[in-house]
Parts: sequence; structure tokens; C-alpha cells
Amino acid sequence: MTKIIHCTVNGQETEVAIDIRESLADMLRQRLHLTSVKKGCEVGECGACTVLVDGEAIDSCIYLADWADGKHILTVEGLRGPNGELSPIQQAFIEEAAVQCGFCTPGIIMSAVEIVGSGKQYTRDEIRKLISGHLCRCTGYQNILNAVERAVNEAYQFLQQGEP
Amino acid sequence: MYDIEKIYDAVSLDDAIRARVEDPEAVIIAGGSDVLIKIREGKLAGCRLIGIRAIKELEGISMDGDGCIHIRPLTTFSHITFHPLIREHLPVLGYAVDQVGGPQIRNIGTIGGNVCNGVTSADSASTLFAYNAVLELTGPDGKRTLPIAEFYTGPGHVGLGPAELLTDIMIAKKDYDGFGGHYIKYAQRNAMDIATLGCSAICRLNASKNTIEDLRLAFGVAGPIPMRCHKAEEAARGQLISPQLLEQIALTAESEVNPRTSWRASREFRLQLVRELSQRACKQAIIHAGGADL
Ligand SMILES: Cc1cc2nc3c(=O)[nH]c(=O)nc-3n(C[C@H](O)[C@H](O)[C@H](O)COP(=O)(O)OP(=O)(O)OC[C@H]3O[C@@H](n4cnc5c(N)ncnc54)[C@H](O)[C@@H]3O)c2cc1C
Ligand code: FES
Ligand code: FES
Repeated sequence: MTKIIHCTVNGQETEVAIDIRESLADMLRQRLHLTSVKKGCEVGECGACTVLVDGEAIDSCIYLADWADGKHILTVEGLRGPNGELSPIQQAFIEEAAVQCGFCTPGIIMSAVEIVGSGKQYTRDEIRKLISGHLCRCTGYQNILNAVERAVNEAYQFLQQGEP
Repeated sequence: MYDIEKIYDAVSLDDAIRARVEDPEAVIIAGGSDVLIKIREGKLAGCRLIGIRAIKELEGISMDGDGCIHIRPLTTFSHITFHPLIREHLPVLGYAVDQVGGPQIRNIGTIGGNVCNGVTSADSASTLFAYNAVLELTGPDGKRTLPIAEFYTGPGHVGLGPAELLTDIMIAKKDYDGFGGHYIKYAQRNAMDIATLGCSAICRLNASKNTIEDLRLAFGVAGPIPMRCHKAEEAARGQLISPQLLEQIALTAESEVNPRTSWRASREFRLQLVRELSQRACKQAIIHAGGADL
């Protein structure tokens, strides 16, 4: 049941042959080799497979690949700078030691991209709620919260400086 | 890979209805956050699907000339919560659907899927009951409307006729204008868990804000389907606001509900939650309706 779809993946227009029964996570991992997209539960519970579709974070394991036709998809691979530099959000995760085994990290970073991209500032409790769709078995979440908070504040300050 | 026999993507509402007439066994898929899980679990393995995501007329929120708010079934939870019409006129609904799962689920799940799935724990349901939502169903014989209370017929069962689709959720001005309300979801965790009990209360007060003119009290998981507590509402109508009144509302509500024991909680605990949450929700609803904090 093959079908050709067209979408923009990490800024690049992409034509990809999919099976209509596969999930977006299947397509990104197996066809496009974007293995930052992890599969933890495959039923929408853990958030490891989170990617952005048209700027909104979704669990790509419960999103059919076919639905990505005509959409913009962003994964962690798409965050790197022109010379392979880490994005400020990834840097914040390193500064705050928010990564242990790293399995949950790409998914949380993609949620952080959506959160930071809103350009708003959030309280710690609001950030807790905004990353509540992710499970982490290692860190105990505190350093992850610190990292997201740091990234949010840095982006907010950057935007404030830009205002006249 | 999902175990799906076939997916047909409907291009219009008529096309979706035609596809259902041709294949009555095929399952409608909207956001997929219930259907895909059931396919993974095996309950719907090997099914044929009819996709409705491309039907743009089934998406979005608007207000008509009479002030009636129309929420189309494909609108996702996050789009409902942040929509200006919802924030201004139906804040309790916006808040209630912001309690569903987690952020990624709220970007995928639709209100139509939540209602049509037919489960008592659906976070949108009790608030839609409180606002007297009316559903528009469209099938081969055209459109009909049904109050939401008549749509839920049993656990997992709703009143969708053969080849019918839910096409609109309507809330009339008289059912939201001047009301203030509150929803409380009681669950084992603050996120990514379905409700052990859900309680939605909306009320309208008199001009001096010391008497309840109208109260709507609705619950999820207090019975096999979402429900209103009409006797408790009647007991509150025209009464002076007092802690004793809240207690009376709670005890009357407890006498009307019929929760069951499940692995999440016992019947007794759910009854206690009905008593406690109805008081807390009413107290907050009164404040949102302009009354004093008791
Ligand atoms: C991890 C996770 C957590 C969740 N947590 C919650 C929670 O906290 N609270 C909660 O209430 N729900 C929760 N859910 C359930 C689910 O997200 C919601 O019920 C959601 O609203 C379903 O919408 P959907 O569009 O994804 O539905 P789908 O799966 O596409 O459809 C659901 C049902 O509705 C039917 N249907 C959909 N649209 C129509 C239509 N227009 N006309 C006729 N029939 C239609 C389908 O045939 C199917 O039977 C959770 C799900 C997951 C995976
Ligand atoms: S793998 Fe998608 S949510 Fe767990
Ligand atoms: S770092 Fe190991 S799961 Fe989060």
C-alpha cells in the first residue's frame, strides 16, 4: 500500500514513498534515517517520539505518515546550525546536565522548541505542565526543568533586547 | 506499522457519508488518539478506516448571528483552549479540555473524537453536558440535532445512526451568557491519566450576587455515561449562597450518581469525590460568576 507524499522535513522539501499503514515515527526513522525520533511506548504515553508538525508538538507514533503530506516536520536533526553547532536549547540541556541516558532528550527538546518559540515567559509550574507529556526514567526531571527554564529565559531576554 | 486493511481519505462530508454507506463496518478516524491505540491493542486490528481530516468544513469555531457558538468536531483540544471565543464565552470548556492527556495529545485529539468515543471519563463531556450542548449529526438522510444527554447511550455507545457523522457541537447563548463555572478533574497524576472523577459546575447569580439563579452540575465517571445531577441543581435554584447550601447540593448529588468500583478507585471513594468535588467546583463557579468566596 505504497503512496508518495511530499513534505518539508527539517527545512528540506522531501518526496518520500510510504506505506499508508506506517506512523510518522516509522517514516522518519526508517525511510529518512532521522533516528533522534525514539520509540518508547508507541501508544502516545511517553513522548519519546515527539516532533513538530507545522510548529505543534505531537507524538509521531500515533500520527500516520500519510497525514504529514504537505506539512512541515521538524526533528532534532533540524536544529543544528550551519556548521553543525548545537542550538541554544540543546546547549541549555548540556549546561544544566539534563541528559543521562538520553532516550527522552530529543522528544523533550522538541517540546522545548515549541515552548521557547512562543516567545513567552513561564513559571516553573507552567513549564512542568508543558513538558508533562514526556517520561524520563533517569534524571528525576529537575535538571530537565532547569534546562527548559534556562532556554525559555534566554530566549525571552533576547527578544526583550530586540525591542526598542 | 499499524494493522490496517485499508484507509479511505474522504475529500468532503458527502464523500465520507457515501464511503460509510458503502462500507458500514469501516471506522471513522479523526485525530486517531483513540482509534490508533485500539488498533495497537488489537481491538480494532485489521480494520478499514475512513479518514475525515481533510474535510475543512468540519474544523474551527465560530459564533452565529444569534450568539450560538459552533465548535466543529475536528477542532483539536489546544485550538479550543486558545480560541478567543472560547476564552471569552466558554472558559470552563477551554479549561476542561486543557486537562486531557498531555500537550502532544491535546495537539492531536479532537473534541469530536472525544464525544464520539462515548466514554464516561472524556474530559470534554461533563462540561458539554453543563452547557446543554446540542450535537448536529449528518447522514445519508440529511442533518438532525440531538441534545448531548441523549447522544450517550451506554459505555462506549453513542447515538450515531448508520453512516452518520458528528458535524457540529452547538452551545446556545442562553446556556453560557452570564454563567461562571469550574471543572475539576481528579486523577492519580496531574497529567497523562484519565479522570477518576470529573466534575463540572456552571452557575448564574442574581443581580446582588448572593443567590443562585441557575446551576448546572455534571459529572464524568460518576456513572456509566456522563451525567447531570438535576435534583441537586433544583435544590440550589433561587437559594441564598451559603456553606450549608453547598453541602446540600453535594449530598443531593451523591444521591443521584451511581459510580462503580474499578482498579482506579472504589465506588465509596468516588462517592466521596462527588461530595467533595461538587462543593469545591460550585464554590469556584460562584466566584467566577461574580459571587463572594465562601
Ligand atoms: C496517551 C493518551 C492520553 C489520553 N488522555 C485522555 C484524557 O486525559 N482525557 C480524555 O478525555 N481523553 C484522553 N485520551 C483519549 C483521546 O485522546 C480523546 O478521546 C480524543 O478526544 C480522541 O479524539 P481523536 O480525534 O483522536 O479520535 P479518534 O481516535 O480519531 O476517534 C475516536 C472515536 O470517535 C469516532 N469519531 C471521531 N470523529 C468523528 C465524527 N466527526 N463523527 C463520527 N465519529 C467520529 C471514531 O470513529 C472513534 O470511534 C487519551 C489518549 C491517549 C493516547
Ligand atoms: S513512542 Fe510515541 S509517545 Fe511513546
Ligand atoms: S535521560 Fe534517560 S530517559 Fe530521560
